[in-house]
Amino acid sequence: MAATPRSLLDARAMARAVKRMADEIVERNAGTDRLILVGIQRRGVQLAERVGRAIAEAEGVDVPRGALDITLYRDDLQTVGPRPVVGRTSLPGDIDGARVVIVDDVLYTGRTVRAALDELADFGRPARIALAVLVDRGGRELPIHADVVGRTVEVPAGGRVDVLVEELDGRDAVEVVGAGDA
Amino acid sequence: MPAPLGKDLLALEPLTRAQIELVLDAAVPFREVSERAIKKVPTLRGQTIVNLFFEASTRTRVSFEFAEKRMSADTVSIAAAGSSVSKGETLVDTARNLEAMKIDMVVVRHGSSGAARFLAERIESNVINAGDGTHEHPTQGLLDLLTLRDHFGGSLEGRRVCICGDVLHSRVARSNVWGLKKLGAEVAVCGPRSLLPNAVDALGVTVFDRVEAAIEWAEALNVLRLQLERMQAGYIPSLREYNRVFGVTRERLERAPRDLLILHPGPMNRGVEIDSDVADGPHSVILDQVTNGVAVRMAVLYLLAGGRPELADAAKGQPS
Repeated sequence: MAATPRSLLDARAMARAVKRMADEIVERNAGTDRLILVGIQRRGVQLAERVGRAIAEAEGVDVPRGALDITLYRDDLQTVGPRPVVGRTSLPGDIDGARVVIVDDVLYTGRTVRAALDELADFGRPARIALAVLVDRGGRELPIHADVVGRTVEVPAGGRVDVLVEELDGRDAVEVVGAGDA
Repeated sequence: MPAPLGKDLLALEPLTRAQIELVLDAAVPFREVSERAIKKVPTLRGQTIVNLFFEASTRTRVSFEFAEKRMSADTVSIAAAGSSVSKGETLVDTARNLEAMKIDMVVVRHGSSGAARFLAERIESNVINAGDGTHEHPTQGLLDLLTLRDHFGGSLEGRRVCICGDVLHSRVARSNVWGLKKLGAEVAVCGPRSLLPNAVDALGVTVFDRVEAAIEWAEALNVLRLQLERMQAGYIPSLREYNRVFGVTRERLERAPRDLLILHPGPMNRGVEIDSDVADGPHSVILDQVTNGVAVRMAVLYLLAGGRPELADAAKGQPS
């Protein structure tokens, strides 16, 4: 089986997906009132920033952004050991009563989102929390679903979905690696 | 990434530069946890940690306890000073008893050099050395390194740091020398000859007999606590004389060609090794050291915990 990545979204398709996600977030929230975008480290942070810019372009409102690193809330420290360095967690002020949208690159087992919900609960009590992901690849192990999805694709367990962002990877793309002909 | 530091943290001498930098990098985000309204993350939930202090300690013990509690570990602190049993026997016995109670980690302070290693070789739990005799105090060394690195713009390469005072009896000095040299700093020591090790040249550091010379050379001073019992033991004539000759005073610092960072591992003897003007002055980073101490210890707990490679197969694949 070749390990050559298969392109799922190119840069332009990714930009369109982000814009659509931004529109949907505003629509679901009936505006931008009390909205906060929280990106999950790492690539969720860059995606949240882009969704934020898309909302600013469409609505003329700068929605507050935050970053969440869920490493310390993972349930697998004992099995896989520590990730060497934990990323930054910073939320834009008080989240009590806010409408938080968690932004992540890929939704897979749902364990990251479970950890993010736990972590957010330690910071306050938002009025509601929604989940927006660029790619939903299926394979959930927990009863968690995304409210806003850029692209849905079924990738079997052996495969991997790589979201690349210009800021960290030099280019924008979404690629599927090692999933056969799926 | 299984156990990047191995099972135990006993000393800085055997660590690589990469391992030391890993701890320092890992410590940075833990500072933010201590700033939260709820200063707690669930990372070590269900782990049991014993703080075993055979020597008196407030700062180090409290710092470890905060680090453990903020990581959600269950902790017990035992002050085992004053046992009549000989130290070797006590440690073996203690180790067996602790193991029987199914603990996960031990933080140990002991008056004998090598005690932490002795314990680590006899129990399966992770062991963290919180100071053993005159050997090492690795977490103090790490928090000093983090504090210096912060104030030197992210790198210690080529920076000149002088450790002042009772180097002979100081495990803090030894951990500092090893850590600083591994990170590329130039290291000196300064103190009365009676309080420097005979083999001071073997440490590979510059030696200053006069504190004025050290101040002229250094960019940072790590001022060690002068144990008051050293005077009774005849190492120094009197505290007053020590202050007059080796004290870090404002007058001496004002004659320096640059501003010096001032570190002190505490507890301070104001007016002996350091004057109040200096300890509370604009270039003192002594309280930063205390803040960094909790973060560094959280990072060490985090990096020693978990990492059982035999279980890693179960957690393969995309970690989302």
